[in-house]
Amino acid sequence: MSQVIPVEQLKSLTMSIYRYDPSVDEKPYMQDIVIEVPTDKDIMVLDALHLAKDQEPSLSYRRSCREGVCGSDGMNINGKNGLACVTPLSEVVKRNKLTIRPMPGLPVVRDLIVDMKQFFDQLEKVKPYLITNSDNPEIERTQSPEEREELDGLYECILCGCCSTSCPSFWWNPDKFLGPAALLQSWRFIADSRDEATEERLDALEDSFSLYRCHGIMNCVSVCPKGLNPTEAISNIRNKLINREK
Amino acid sequence: MLVNEIINAKDLPVMEFDGIIVGGGGAGMRASLQLAESGLNTAVISKVFPTRSHTVSAQGGITCAIQSDDPDDDWRWHMFDTVKGSDYIGDQEAIEYMCSEGPKAVFELEHMGLPFSRTEEGRIYQRPFGGQSKDYGKGGQATRTCAAADRTGHSLLHTLYQANLKAGTNFLNEWFAVDMVLNTDGAVVGVIAFKIETGEIYYIKSKATVLATGGAGRIYASTTNALINSGDGIGMALRAGMPVQDIEMWQFHPTGIHGAGTLVTEGCRGEGGYLLNKDGERFMERYAPNSKDLASRDVVARSMALEILEGRGCGPNADHIFLRLDHLGPEVVHKRLPGITELSKTFAGVDPAVQPIPVVPTCHYMMGGIPTNINGQVITVKEGKDEVIEGLYAAGEVACVSVHGGNRLGGNSLLDLVVFGRAAGIYIEESMKQGVDLKEASHDDIDKALERLNKLNASSEGEQVTALKERMQQNMQNNFGVFRTKDLMEKGIQDLSKVRGEVENMHLKDKSATFNTARIEALEMQNLFEVAEATAITANTRKESRGAHSRDDYPNRDDDNWLKHSIYFSETKEVSKRDVNYRPKTVQAFQPTVRSY
Repeated sequence: MSQVIPVEQLKSLTMSIYRYDPSVDEKPYMQDIVIEVPTDKDIMVLDALHLAKDQEPSLSYRRSCREGVCGSDGMNINGKNGLACVTPLSEVVKRNKLTIRPMPGLPVVRDLIVDMKQFFDQLEKVKPYLITNSDNPEIERTQSPEEREELDGLYECILCGCCSTSCPSFWWNPDKFLGPAALLQSWRFIADSRDEATEERLDALEDSFSLYRCHGIMNCVSVCPKGLNPTEAISNIRNKLINREK
Repeated sequence: MLVNEIINAKDLPVMEFDGIIVGGGGAGMRASLQLAESGLNTAVISKVFPTRSHTVSAQGGITCAIQSDDPDDDWRWHMFDTVKGSDYIGDQEAIEYMCSEGPKAVFELEHMGLPFSRTEEGRIYQRPFGGQSKDYGKGGQATRTCAAADRTGHSLLHTLYQANLKAGTNFLNEWFAVDMVLNTDGAVVGVIAFKIETGEIYYIKSKATVLATGGAGRIYASTTNALINSGDGIGMALRAGMPVQDIEMWQFHPTGIHGAGTLVTEGCRGEGGYLLNKDGERFMERYAPNSKDLASRDVVARSMALEILEGRGCGPNADHIFLRLDHLGPEVVHKRLPGITELSKTFAGVDPAVQPIPVVPTCHYMMGGIPTNINGQVITVKEGKDEVIEGLYAAGEVACVSVHGGNRLGGNSLLDLVVFGRAAGIYIEESMKQGVDLKEASHDDIDKALERLNKLNASSEGEQVTALKERMQQNMQNNFGVFRTKDLMEKGIQDLSKVRGEVENMHLKDKSATFNTARIEALEMQNLFEVAEATAITANTRKESRGAHSRDDYPNRDDDNWLKHSIYFSETKEVSKRDVNYRPKTVQAFQPTVRSY
């Protein structure tokens, strides 16, 4: 946003942003910051946040790749979770107003930054890595294109947290229900023809909370910025669990 | 709580590990994996959650002669291409090591679970990339880049994170390393770092510190690099009195999306895409009759810049080039290049299966960096002689080992990461077994490493980050871009020297202890500035054109005077020369010849 844009090509936009810094604030509040955005081109919510931060350098949010692949800037944008860097203003601004809050359901560290510990703890529970017992071959393990295709729609997850923090079941039981992101990862390894721990993985999900708290609300699907489908992954695991019952 | 006072070494809490890795990208996590698997108490200090590191943005693949596409492929051909690509200032011992060890390192990634795309035989899918050849340039285009669709970096980074979880690596996620602690012998014995969430400052002590902090593309106004690419390791090294090598060598990637700067992979051209000027001409046929659109990146970027300068750019302002993919058909575009489809729609508003993508050469990669040997040990130069710095290692983009020389080939950065992250890990593991004896840091030593942070935290007046950063980025963009010339570079250097004082004395208004991103940005700005000034001064000193460094006033390569690495120290701002390694162990060295594609 460094090039100078003539004033007549700018318009004001009011951003209403959740602010809370426990080091200095007694309680959270919403702050209105008016920014000037170009009229002749669309910008992303992240660009708008940069403009707001130019005015209020204390405004805090995570960001890294600014192209939707690193998963840093998940936040709640006019009521819906998404990545700020790939969400154009034209898609979300309503009545010239943009309300930005942290992703719901997790403790707020500061402003738009949430504590993702619960999210990552749940991820680690599914052992999100390939488990093999057989010896590694000299070269790669082979996998047919069809077997590899099973991983499409799963391996692309960027761990942004948009799905799990939009899931009511995860809000109620963030310590017991694994949540859509972790379960998508679980299925990513169960579905991998190279993985040799399917039974062990399924055993770990055989309780009433880890997986079965998914009620098919599908908020996860509607918010996923990568277009992935955790609900489908969860139902695939569910089918595996049911089919193996003796 | 606020952090606005000076803290002394005697009050500083200490954490200790066998090995610490600064940076959680591909190189860092490959090194940490090696250490953790060998049972060493290992910590990764990363300013972002590791999978947010910039490796995640790598798209096209990892180049390596694994003989999947071509059973006769040979790592020596890959070595030849890399030496030629480097414009002959890549170290041949290092390139030999990378290309010959590469297959092992790639197969290891596959064994960890990396979801490579596959061939009908079930092997790893490979695609053609720029600068690749068979039979030492005589056998035509090779197909050597191993790919997971166009999300290879993402797949690689996540796989390494997964493997580190399995191996029990300690992660200090969202911790910021400020500066290195050196003992009185000049050895590195850890770093000063703070936990971003709480602002707590620690001395993290270790006998092996690996810098894996990645690149610094944010010195330019337009870059494919993530916002976090601020050259933190380079800043730390220069402030500690260590040199950087070939830092003037910056790669401009031919295909950054016009206006946004986001990358579209060279794999687009590997899959059959090509570049067009406003007349619809495939102009690369003129510049590189043999390799055309798959000439090496410096050549393609310069050709595009020339087309635009000569008025043959596309669009109303004639300021970009078109990358055409639609002739490949939606099947290939969507299956092989799904990420590109997504990025083009988001950032250029075009579906590449239907319309061409508007692209421009965009700052992409830092070929230079902290000089190391093939074990990752950091080298300094004293009175013309190489000397190892005890306790310090570097790997990945921050390092200059040097496998890329004056120009990196596409797909070689991911290979560099895993091969040399691994090599550093192996060497540290071995040296720990032998026993490492380094003098403890004194309070004075630690206080010295705390100076910069203390100064910023206690600041009560001075400039803000934003204005200083924009001024530096515009300066670098205008004066140190694809084409360089003495007058502009001197102007740029002058402007940098004018703002140095302001950068060192910035004012941090926000003193909050909690997740203070203003503090991080100020510290990053100081690191960026070190990289920018080193780049500027070294670029003006290298009086020739080689690889990515192209001067209007010295248009030719000068092997008599500059078949050399440049070495720069910030204390003296002087540039010296270091010999390029022409001593591979198992093959004859490749001698410099005219470089054409």
